[in-house]
Amino acid sequence: MKLNRRHFIATATAASASLSAPMVKAGGHGKPRVVVVGGGAGGATAARYIAKDSKGEIDVTLIEPTRTYYTCFFSNLYLGGFRDIGSIAHSYGTLAVEYGINVVHDWATGVDRDAKTVALAGGGAVPYDKLILSPGIDFVDGAVEGWDLSAQNAMPHAYKAGSQTELLKAQIMAMPAGGTFAMVAPPNPFRCPPGPYERVSMVAHLLKANNPTAKIIVADPKPKFSKMALFQEGWADNYEGMVDWIGPDFGGSDVSVNPAAMTVTIDGEETKVDACNVIPAMKAGRIAELAGVTDGNWAPVNAADMSSKADGDIYVLGDASQQGDMPKSGFSANSQAKVCANAVRGALTGSKVFPAKFSNTCWSLIDTENGVKVGATYEATAEKIAKVDGFISQTGEDAALRKATYEESVGWYAGITSDMFG
Amino acid sequence: MPRFSKLLPLALVALLAARASFGEVAGDPERGAVVFAKCGGCHQVGEGAKNRIGPHLNGVFGRMAAELEGFPYSKSIKRAGADGLIWTRETLDAYIENPRVLVSGTRMSFRGLKKEQDRADVLAYLRTFSDDPSNIPEAEPTALGTDHDLDPAILAIQGDPEYGEYLSNECTTCHQTDGADEGIPSITLWPEEDFVVAMHAYKRKLRPHPVMQMMAGRLSDEEIAALAAYFAKPE
Ligand SMILES: Cc1cc2nc3c(=O)[nH]c(=O)nc-3n(C[C@H](O)[C@H](O)[C@H](O)COP(=O)(O)OP(=O)(O)OC[C@H]3O[C@@H](n4cnc5c(N)ncnc54)[C@H](O)[C@@H]3O)c2cc1C
Repeated sequence: MKLNRRHFIATATAASASLSAPMVKAGGHGKPRVVVVGGGAGGATAARYIAKDSKGEIDVTLIEPTRTYYTCFFSNLYLGGFRDIGSIAHSYGTLAVEYGINVVHDWATGVDRDAKTVALAGGGAVPYDKLILSPGIDFVDGAVEGWDLSAQNAMPHAYKAGSQTELLKAQIMAMPAGGTFAMVAPPNPFRCPPGPYERVSMVAHLLKANNPTAKIIVADPKPKFSKMALFQEGWADNYEGMVDWIGPDFGGSDVSVNPAAMTVTIDGEETKVDACNVIPAMKAGRIAELAGVTDGNWAPVNAADMSSKADGDIYVLGDASQQGDMPKSGFSANSQAKVCANAVRGALTGSKVFPAKFSNTCWSLIDTENGVKVGATYEATAEKIAKVDGFISQTGEDAALRKATYEESVGWYAGITSDMFG
Repeated sequence: MPRFSKLLPLALVALLAARASFGEVAGDPERGAVVFAKCGGCHQVGEGAKNRIGPHLNGVFGRMAAELEGFPYSKSIKRAGADGLIWTRETLDAYIENPRVLVSGTRMSFRGLKKEQDRADVLAYLRTFSDDPSNIPEAEPTALGTDHDLDPAILAIQGDPEYGEYLSNECTTCHQTDGADEGIPSITLWPEEDFVVAMHAYKRKLRPHPVMQMMAGRLSDEEIAALAAYFAKPE
């Protein structure tokens, strides 16, 4: 952190304030203020835990443009027909009413780190003592030749859930008999490593019921992907002959698309497609870059408390952060948020700060009542969040175990969404 | 039962490893028939036995938990079966000592047989109705013990509920605080000792679930005590 005069004054104020009121570090303006940007898996959880556990000692503002948050988790199950769209929609009412969080439906457009304020698209600025950024992902420009955001209606990414997901499903349902669905899979690192492959399974499930002679092509720049053996076994067992996965050895990394003509060219060979899901390379949500806390595509953080390596008063959670070994998942973002909330409370009110513990489990659905999972625990080291221990479902498991795993994922969904939104 | 062949050895290895140090208590089937009176209100055994309040117990050794067709098992015991819980001398012994320690959401509302000898006897009696006792590996019947072999010092640790509350944040990603148990069991309002015993059973891989084995596996004795202290208290 560069030390300028402002920082010096702020530090001196905090130090003298701490003489009279040792625990409250609010820079001379009453209650300490936390601003959270992004009301998703990381941000909603952090806001809720800070508000809940500080019992009114901290003012919490949550800035989130949308009034309805559609979880990306279980959005593939919506594609497969296992959920309706309303069941993955959540609002911020409980966070505002029961937890006293000041929910502002607006975009954050910039961060003034010297003044410690967040600018809003609708005008005005919100001051903070501690700022938590959990803006999720944006796409890297020019990542897939021929595709940019203006093509997202012809070739949806459906990697931010909601209208994009509904659009993709409508396009799949409208495919002619025996038509072709193509997916362009992203390079590492990206949000939800098993996500594209669970999606392939769910699209296959949908097509098997409605359009059984349809084909699925996946162009993938990665030679290996999450739960690969489990998915490939599942595709062979349940959707025989339907899924053609093209890895980099067969040109999966050499892809361009033409959204106007609805064609995909893989390794020089052009194919006419009827629906196309382009999932481009990803980077931290743009506000992280605007705040100046990114290095390359992501925002490096300290593992012990998720604080930015660029600014000790800013924390970055979830997909946007570059933390080490954890996959970018909702479970991870929620886990990181709770460690961060504990540290932020400690810094602002002197509450006890306990050691960081992180964990993740990602469930995926392959077919009806056929669930698999992968998970791990993590700890904070000086350099990163480091993996401690893990497990993964096995190929050849019996139906009872797969069903129990699926039911567990349904329980997890109920658990994490009430942990986020109250 | 080839379906379970992948799971059985693992469960056994863990069981034997965890219980290998215990002495043998020989069971007396005749005395066991007398002890079984405590079970007979719910369970039948013997020729023509039918499912009643509880499932019939013919052939229970070597069976997967919740395996009988047509019995309305609780979600929890079905889950335990799917996770690989097989009824062996060891698992049955732990179960009848205190059913909720092994399977927290079981509907078997039985306080348990606290005396090791009673359990040995009743299991010896039940074994005479298991059609295929060769399912039980030779070494197993000698490896006896209880699930309560936890060092009393571990049970005596006074947990810090404030630390427990922080640690519980990891639990509530999946387990709902309002006690809902759809797909994932409820863990609120657990008696402290049961909680500690159950978490140590995961830590030692006696209980089969991989997520819980992993989560409990890295908790220290103090951390388990802290969680127990927190969860024992109503919100
Ligand atoms: C198809 C799919 C399936 C998935 N399945 C799973 C799963 O089964 N399990 C799992 O754990 N994870 C899953 N994930 C991953 C999971 O959705 C993400 O990892 C998780 O949402 C990340 O949380 P986050 O807080 O970083 O971002 P998000 O949850 O995306 O939240 C970011 C929020 O920030 C807001 N925002 C962005 N910029 C601004 C700004 N400038 N100002 C104000 N607000 C802003 C956005 O509107 C958004 O609401 C899946 C993802 C996908 C795409």
